[in-house]
Amino acid sequence: MRHIISVMLENEAGALSRVAGLFSARGFNIESLTVAATNDPTLSRMTIVSVGDDNIIEQIVKQLEKLIDVVKVIDLTATEHVERELLLVKIDVNPNTQADIDRQIDQFSGKIIDVSEDTYLIEVAGQSKKINEFLDSLDASKILEVSRTGVTGVCQKREG
Amino acid sequence: MKLNGAQILIDCLKSEGVKHIFGYPGGAVLHIYDALNVCTVIDHILVRHEQGAVHAADGYARTSGKCGVALVTSGPGLTNAVTGIATAFTDSIPMVVVSGQVPSPVIGSDAFQEVDAVGITRSCVKHNFLVKNADDIAETVKKAFYIATTGRPGPVLIDITKDATIAETEYEGYPKTIKMRSYQPEVQVDAEQIKKAIAIIEKAKKPIIYSGGGSVIGNASKALTTLTHNTGFPITQTLMGLGAFPATDKQSLGMLGMHGTYESNMAMHDSDCIITVGARFDDRITGNLEKFCPYAKIIHIDIDPSTIGKVVGVDVSIIGQVNDVLQALIQSLDTKKLENIDSWWKQINDWRSVDSMAYRTKQGVIKPQTVIEALYEVTKGEAIVTSDVGQHQMWAAQYYPFDKPRRWINSGGLGTMGFGLPAAMGAKLADPDRDVACVTGDGSIQMMLQELSTMLQYHTPVKIININNGYLGMVRQWQEFFYEKRYAMSYMDALPDFVKLAESYGHIGIRVEKEADLKPALIEAFKQKDRTVFIDILTDPTENVFPMIPSGAGHHEMLLAGRDEMASTNDSGLNLV
Repeated sequence: MRHIISVMLENEAGALSRVAGLFSARGFNIESLTVAATNDPTLSRMTIVSVGDDNIIEQIVKQLEKLIDVVKVIDLTATEHVERELLLVKIDVNPNTQADIDRQIDQFSGKIIDVSEDTYLIEVAGQSKKINEFLDSLDASKILEVSRTGVTGVCQKREG
Repeated sequence: MKLNGAQILIDCLKSEGVKHIFGYPGGAVLHIYDALNVCTVIDHILVRHEQGAVHAADGYARTSGKCGVALVTSGPGLTNAVTGIATAFTDSIPMVVVSGQVPSPVIGSDAFQEVDAVGITRSCVKHNFLVKNADDIAETVKKAFYIATTGRPGPVLIDITKDATIAETEYEGYPKTIKMRSYQPEVQVDAEQIKKAIAIIEKAKKPIIYSGGGSVIGNASKALTTLTHNTGFPITQTLMGLGAFPATDKQSLGMLGMHGTYESNMAMHDSDCIITVGARFDDRITGNLEKFCPYAKIIHIDIDPSTIGKVVGVDVSIIGQVNDVLQALIQSLDTKKLENIDSWWKQINDWRSVDSMAYRTKQGVIKPQTVIEALYEVTKGEAIVTSDVGQHQMWAAQYYPFDKPRRWINSGGLGTMGFGLPAAMGAKLADPDRDVACVTGDGSIQMMLQELSTMLQYHTPVKIININNGYLGMVRQWQEFFYEKRYAMSYMDALPDFVKLAESYGHIGIRVEKEADLKPALIEAFKQKDRTVFIDILTDPTENVFPMIPSGAGHHEMLLAGRDEMASTNDSGLNLV
């Protein structure tokens, strides 16, 4: 099952590689990983999407908690939470396809953030599922470049 | 007070109560050595190879229970130390390793003797630090010792750049306390879990206590012994746990696992209640997981939550210091409520009568088992025994019954050949009045031979028991059983003359070729209180370690010496090798 694990860790050099190294050393899989500082400059928040059965996810959480730099680990998928991902995609457009593409962008609440003579640069934010669907709705042969941020998320209740 | 970084470091180590540092100098640590040179309370042991330094610090830590300390230079100094660090990590040994690093302005420029020490050691330390500023040294050292010695212990590396050791800064003394929001090793034992465990224990008709290295490292020997005696339960111990409960006590079934006793493994297999104390269900213990303890409710006591459910699912887990948990169990357990287990003991005694440790003697050759038995007799079971890795390690564990913890010092988890000799040196420094024997083999001893020189310089007299069979014996045994006797590269041709070798290092060398000479040689060797004696004993080259659970088999499928033909292992078994 897909899990979103949120990790609060000391904002120190090397902390990211400790987490990444743990996943490769123990053979855990990472679908995506995002990391940035939080409102507390001494803390970073890392959001990891991983796939595994309950035992594996339990091990991942415990092994993360064991890292000295890690302050807190939350399996977001175990609580009510919000997840978002940002997509930037560059595609070929021409007068024949433009109207269709504009409609699709609208439908997915995307934004055209740059236009050239024959390309669009589009931004779409939302759950990964939505982003997958948006990409699927495009003509694959017209996609020039895709960049996704990976998932970030928070739990909905006041105390995370 | 204004001090340079190196002086601060040495003052911190002094304040931690460090008495011995094992190390080797080099460019990046010259300032540290300069500061160490004028320190009168710390003895520095100049090893001959950095791996030896870390193993010696490890042996010192295992024997004394204190934190071992090693000091190495940057680049190759650090990479040589990595095997030692990984060895300590796998066996959860408290240790602080200080390594030099190139000056901070040149980090990342492929400078002379530069390696990414923090990167290289990341997966084999409990934690590591890169210190680039003299102001950070004191706090980092405090954190390092705190992390290394609390919770589940382990090695911590402090990599210090050369410029940080040179820079002068205001030093306000070694911090008295340290707080880390991300590391809180103190755990309260959960009374609810104790209750749940007791409910299982009270119903048990076939209980067994399975104790591991945590009982030794967690200084829980007394509590373990009390619990075992109060309950009357049988107890089996892992390779790492030997000595926590006295092996000569009648409730002890001996070691379990791949080369454990028949009674231990059969009792584990048939048990309905396993009390796991500071052990981690290593693959050498469990054998085939699908056949592991099919009838048992499992209680797992450990300080490290990540060991719970990692390999084997358990029914009740109790997180905490092993000693605290055992005390709580002892206090809460009403032994009058326990089931009568007479028939269980009868069954166990039947298994015992199989006498799985029996071995056949042969005219004209010395059996390695006989060597260990003679060693036990001559040292009256009171020696500290270190070992290397291989057949001799198993025989030492099987035929030298340890009655006290911290007497059996071996690389159980990582299985590091070369560990035994430097570890013996560290053990002797930790407990100078006790006899120390290093049980080794002709393969292992040659991996750290150079430390014979250190042992002369620092006067650490130990007795080296070389089980010399001319083979990499454990490899040869597996090739015999599982590779149709194709002995690929396991024969050691051109062995040195170990007697002359020992003599050239300034020690005493004795060769034993006949069984009749064995005991007199050992007696003579142990009489030489002030000398290191290398006893090279030519033993049966074809002897195998029995009993044995072949890889892929279950606990109830043991093979016994002289009684079972060794069947070749199946494919899943070979994968487990």
